[in-house]
Amino acid sequence: MSAAIKLDVGKLNSFYSPAQILFDVGFTVGSGEVVALLGRNGAGKSTTFKSLVGLVGRREGEIRFEGEEISRLPTYEIARRGLGYVPEDRRVFGELTVEENLEVGRQPPRDGVTTWTPERLYELFPNLAEMRKRPGGQMSGGEQQMLTISRTLMGNPSLVLLDEPSEGLAPKIIEQMADAILKMKKEGLGILLSEQNLHFARLISDRAYILEKGRIRFSGTIAELEANEAVRNQYLAV
Amino acid sequence: MSLYVVQFLTGLANAASLFLAACGLSVIFGVTRIVNFAHGAFYMLGAYVAFSLTLRLEGVVGFWAGIFLAAIIVAAIGALLEMLLLRRIYQAPELFQLLATFGVTLMVQDIVHMIWGAQDLVGPRAPGLQGAVQVMGLPVPTYDILLIILGPLVLGALWLLMHRTRWGVLVRAATEDRDMVAALGVNQKWLFTGVFTLGIFLAAFGGALQIPRTAVNHLMDLSIIAEVFVVVVIGGLGSITGAFLAAVLIAELNAFGILVLPGISLVLMFLVMAVVLVLRPWGFLGKPVSTDAKTIGETTRPWHPWSPTMAVLVAASVLLAAALPAVLGPYGLSIGAQILIAVIFAMSLQFQMSTGGLDSFGHAAYFGLGAYGAAFAIQWFQLPMELALIVGPLAGLVGALVFGWFCVRLSGVYFAMLTLAFAQITWSIAFQWVEVTGGDNGILGVWPSEWASSPAAFYWLTLAAAVLTVLILRHLVFSPFGYRLRGVRDSSVRAESIGISRQRTQYVAFAISGTAAGLAGALFAFLKGSIFPDALAIPTSIDALVMVLLGGVATVSGSVVGAIVYTMATIWLMSETDLSRLVLGGFIVFLVVAFPQGIVGSLSSFTSGSLERWRGRREASRPVALSAEASR
Repeated sequence: MSAAIKLDVGKLNSFYSPAQILFDVGFTVGSGEVVALLGRNGAGKSTTFKSLVGLVGRREGEIRFEGEEISRLPTYEIARRGLGYVPEDRRVFGELTVEENLEVGRQPPRDGVTTWTPERLYELFPNLAEMRKRPGGQMSGGEQQMLTISRTLMGNPSLVLLDEPSEGLAPKIIEQMADAILKMKKEGLGILLSEQNLHFARLISDRAYILEKGRIRFSGTIAELEANEAVRNQYLAV
Repeated sequence: MSLYVVQFLTGLANAASLFLAACGLSVIFGVTRIVNFAHGAFYMLGAYVAFSLTLRLEGVVGFWAGIFLAAIIVAAIGALLEMLLLRRIYQAPELFQLLATFGVTLMVQDIVHMIWGAQDLVGPRAPGLQGAVQVMGLPVPTYDILLIILGPLVLGALWLLMHRTRWGVLVRAATEDRDMVAALGVNQKWLFTGVFTLGIFLAAFGGALQIPRTAVNHLMDLSIIAEVFVVVVIGGLGSITGAFLAAVLIAELNAFGILVLPGISLVLMFLVMAVVLVLRPWGFLGKPVSTDAKTIGETTRPWHPWSPTMAVLVAASVLLAAALPAVLGPYGLSIGAQILIAVIFAMSLQFQMSTGGLDSFGHAAYFGLGAYGAAFAIQWFQLPMELALIVGPLAGLVGALVFGWFCVRLSGVYFAMLTLAFAQITWSIAFQWVEVTGGDNGILGVWPSEWASSPAAFYWLTLAAAVLTVLILRHLVFSPFGYRLRGVRDSSVRAESIGISRQRTQYVAFAISGTAAGLAGALFAFLKGSIFPDALAIPTSIDALVMVLLGGVATVSGSVVGAIVYTMATIWLMSETDLSRLVLGGFIVFLVVAFPQGIVGSLSSFTSGSLERWRGRREASRPVALSAEASR
């Protein structure tokens, strides 16, 4: 567990109209730490992420980012404070070129955080460098995943929410993705990622939470999760 | 040959202003998802302000400064409107946004009337451009040549703005996915204001450019908005290049249509639009929009037939209404009949809107067709009233079958805009085809049969028609057809997967609705003894919408209440003020902002809410099956 807590979530409840999706969800992410939020399809992982950045209809509870309460801030203000969000369905701007997609994400440099430029991102994801003028809609799933992460990094975040980065990708691309995430970690970025793929999460995470039916059911280090077969069978096995 | 070339050039010159207005509307829609009905009002304002400024500013510099300044002033007003009104209704259903911006249009009409008076105003010619250029031996106004160059120039400038500036890239990104742009740290509020201001600037600029060509008048707003809707539907919402192509197409059609046969241009426009929409339902360069209701995942209270108490109450009110001739005089009874006709008209729209999910902005077409159908039956075929009352609804039905065939291929705002365009076309025909319709003079002498000619008898006749219509439409809502209709409204994909055709189901609903509206129109013709093109005009469509809105879109027959309240209120209003449009427009805007669910809808959700609190149930603890859409 890292010393400085970057993101501190307590008693988070989220709703889609009358239906409650999250129940008293709480967790922390330290600076420079990679934390996995695990759970089956429909457990509430994506809703958790959307709640953090204010894209859910109604949410209650505490969300502290760098010590400040952000749960009442508008989405753009949360992003400007350095909390980056990479959505599950990628949401690349299909009509915009790779360069233009990156431009949308660009924010001024931030103190104490790596400043990303398109050139640095092309180093991180060499595939993108070869298709700067290509519209986002004409890229493969893996390339879009690289673009959506790069686009969020252009905002120079200090913590990134990665929603199922390995979903639907070929094994080879998944390896590249794991490498890139570890490089991001080396740059001092905190990362909260959601996964159904325990194998992928194990490669890169320090700690893990398990979410089931909108509630946190397990919290511990990756090593502890590895040792606890009962928990894995109950909440993760399909 | 040279005549055709000159006509072609005139068409291109006409396309310039149309393009400016249409691309403004398109850009605004792309980002804010609002179809700005007030766009025509801003176009007209641009012309009026430019008229005043160019009168005062002299010379070439003064003239062009006046044109630009007018566009800037009107754009500033637009920005103010966006910040004060639109920001409050971005989350509201698109129907309410259309209504609110129509309310603004009404208000602007009265304001323009107050400032500039009622007469047409002829502005100055552009200094240095008054002459004509010889093209193949025929004169073409120099100013037209300027407009022809200006169109592509503006298109190019907009392309550069959208592709070469950060702001433009953000606008294009927001057109695709607004939430994602916000999640990347962009403050949408100012992006929206900026886009709206740009769109209004373009519209006002387009209007201002017209002053050397045509007299500035009060009909500019609604006449341009109908053309703009056609252009945008053909070009594809949100596409600037599409707007340009469609504007050129429509303007050329008009230019050559007039050459071939005056008046046929409208039919040509109609045919071209029909062909384009059949081949490409989202226009030249538009994108498909989802057809499903947006409220999926939200639970509304299920509709149910009347409870015994409710049925007794309804029967009692009908009896009470039937007893009114005992107390009311002829004037009161004629107002009573007018209210009952409004009830039929509003119910017919409510059926297709609430149950069918089809927000029509041109329901006046079927009302007017019913009225003209009845009048024709009397005037041309000397049929008795009884038969004319059958011909009227049949005319509404035929109109709905013809127009509906195109409309049900679309949905959402496209559907609304197309219905409006069809209604405008019908209006233009009634207005222009003087030999048959009498044009502006209308058709007079549409009187009821002997037995129904007394105020009381005619009142009872309309009461019987209204009660029957409401009962039949309600019955349909709870019939298997009503279930299918609600099914395709809520999820066309799921309905189609169990073998229900969305288009066919909605087509039938559209036809039923048109028939009922036709009945209302036919009765209206007999009530007034005459019929004028007004019955087909946009305000008539809006009346019906406001009645449904007042009653609550999310109810089965709330529009009965809405029709009664609204008709009484407008009759009273007309007698109290000369600024009825200003007041009515303000009222509509207020309604949309204050009661987005309608009055009956707001009341019932308020009472059901308090009921639940009284029962001690928490909203959150109610078990609700989640749809797949909601959990994404």
